[in-house]
Amino acid sequence: MRHLKIYLILIASMGMLYACSKTEIVKPQTEEIRFVVPTNFPDAVYKFDGNILTNNGFALGKKLFYDARLSADKSISCGSCHQQFAGFANLDHKVSHGVNNCLGKRNAPVLFNLAWQREFFWDGGAKNLEIVPINAITDVCEMGSDLNTIVTFLNNTAPYPSLFKDAFGSATVNSQNLLKALTQFTAAMVSANSKYDKVMRKETVFTTEEQQGYQLFKDKCANCHTEPLFTNLNYINNGLDLNSVDEGRKTITDLVSDKGKFRVPTLRNIELSSPYMHDGRFNTLEKVLEHYNAGVQANENLDVSLSKNSQLGIPLSNIQKQQITSFLKTLTDDEFIKNKIFSEN
Amino acid sequence: MNIKNISIAIVAILTIAFTSCKKDETINTAEKGTFTLEFENQINGVPLVLNTQNYTNATGESFNISTFKYYVSNIKLTKTDGSIYAIPESYILMDAAKPSSLLNNLKDIPAGDYTKIAFTIGVDKERNLAGAQTGALDPALGMFWTWNSGYIFVKFEGTSPQSTATDKSLTFHIGGIVDPNNTIRTFSTDFSTGNPLRIRADKNPQVHFVVNAGSLFKGKQNISFAQLNFTMGGANSVIVADNYVNGLFEFEHIHN
Repeated sequence: MRHLKIYLILIASMGMLYACSKTEIVKPQTEEIRFVVPTNFPDAVYKFDGNILTNNGFALGKKLFYDARLSADKSISCGSCHQQFAGFANLDHKVSHGVNNCLGKRNAPVLFNLAWQREFFWDGGAKNLEIVPINAITDVCEMGSDLNTIVTFLNNTAPYPSLFKDAFGSATVNSQNLLKALTQFTAAMVSANSKYDKVMRKETVFTTEEQQGYQLFKDKCANCHTEPLFTNLNYINNGLDLNSVDEGRKTITDLVSDKGKFRVPTLRNIELSSPYMHDGRFNTLEKVLEHYNAGVQANENLDVSLSKNSQLGIPLSNIQKQQITSFLKTLTDDEFIKNKIFSEN
Repeated sequence: MNIKNISIAIVAILTIAFTSCKKDETINTAEKGTFTLEFENQINGVPLVLNTQNYTNATGESFNISTFKYYVSNIKLTKTDGSIYAIPESYILMDAAKPSSLLNNLKDIPAGDYTKIAFTIGVDKERNLAGAQTGALDPALGMFWTWNSGYIFVKFEGTSPQSTATDKSLTFHIGGIVDPNNTIRTFSTDFSTGNPLRIRADKNPQVHFVVNAGSLFKGKQNISFAQLNFTMGGANSVIVADNYVNGLFEFEHIHN
């Protein structure tokens, strides 16, 4: 009898646990914005410490992200160069196009899974996600404005003061809350529901060609494009030029050994985010793979993985290139790309 | 007056004397007080005047100044007994164009006699990496790099006929927190034990420092504007920081 009691209690508590987990699954459908580390991801770097993620903060960040009035000539918003359908990169643009038709010098990076990055930009110049937007806001070839102008504009433009009050408790806009709101929006962008992720979670399987591509990828590419973020977050020279015009990481560290090194970009959503490389020089994945097959230049800082056995690059047959491309397309996360939560309208 | 009365009188007098003595000597450490840090900008001994005044550097080149701003942070005070009080959130930005910024009230300091002050010239590494800040560290104040994010610790701009830059400009933006180009420097100085910084609830003593902008260009390595007139971080900023670490601040006096 005593044993039976214990069993009953156990069954009852299991029932309660089940009910609990049920509510958690239902919750996101009420559109409460949450940040969840995907099961196959490492711990995030940005943890919303001191910037608690709320619906109001996120909604404000999104409005700011898409507001072109923050730029000098009111023509460029963050979303101009970071388009959702291109993985929040800039489709068909080699380099950023800023105010007054000014051309920047580098390709706009994709914006997602930013909460896992310690450093930002192609050269790692920004070291905290919260301060990243200042560069685009102030760059003369991007938004061409400054923080003071924007803070004044927001303080004097409805409905911003009330939106800031809803998000941060004060209707007085300052640069800190402006940047924190933008961060709530960008840090909450998580892309982890591609076919690749579903295969990893054993919800589906690769086709034969994708599986062959995955094997090749692990052998030949994963050293730099490490799973599950598909970047090791390092800076390497991948032999684009004998002499790099853009000094890349050296601009930040002042080290000759960093000349021509750039961030290893994530390959998630790579199918959508052409053109490729820091200067957008390749407009197709085929050209990128051909670069690794036969285009690698013997730069003094060339990564060792690209000059193995006194051979430059990574030899790839046409069939192998096709297989790898098939695998890369499994990294496209349609759910993220089409998620209205992140859309302008 | 009998013996008994005399005794009472003596005890009373002694008690009063002792109590009043005690009042003068003992500090109520539960009390908190305020003091003012005053910075007086100079160039090699003469007052710093923006834009209109000409000065001469150690290599004999003429120059004038349009901007002179610097951060002081992490202020620590040492008591006579050796205990250290670190003033929380002590980040202050001095701007030669804003005279009011040169007088800084520091509040809620535990009462006591302090004989030493130390501070960071610039902003500590942790705060450089800590995300969007406000107050004196608001990036809108123009002391924050956006291309290689981090604070500018000391910002000096002006012109010199010898400068090889466009418009003969001088641009010295000193900052950087990563070796080998780390420019975080600390400064400390002792006060006279005879006249320590006396923090009391009912006083507002003043600690006066002279700040010599000329120290950026002389000392460890004299700078000629014909050779060096632009630095935004990197090895050249280290040269300037090594110059000013010992010469930028000079303790002058305390008004207690």
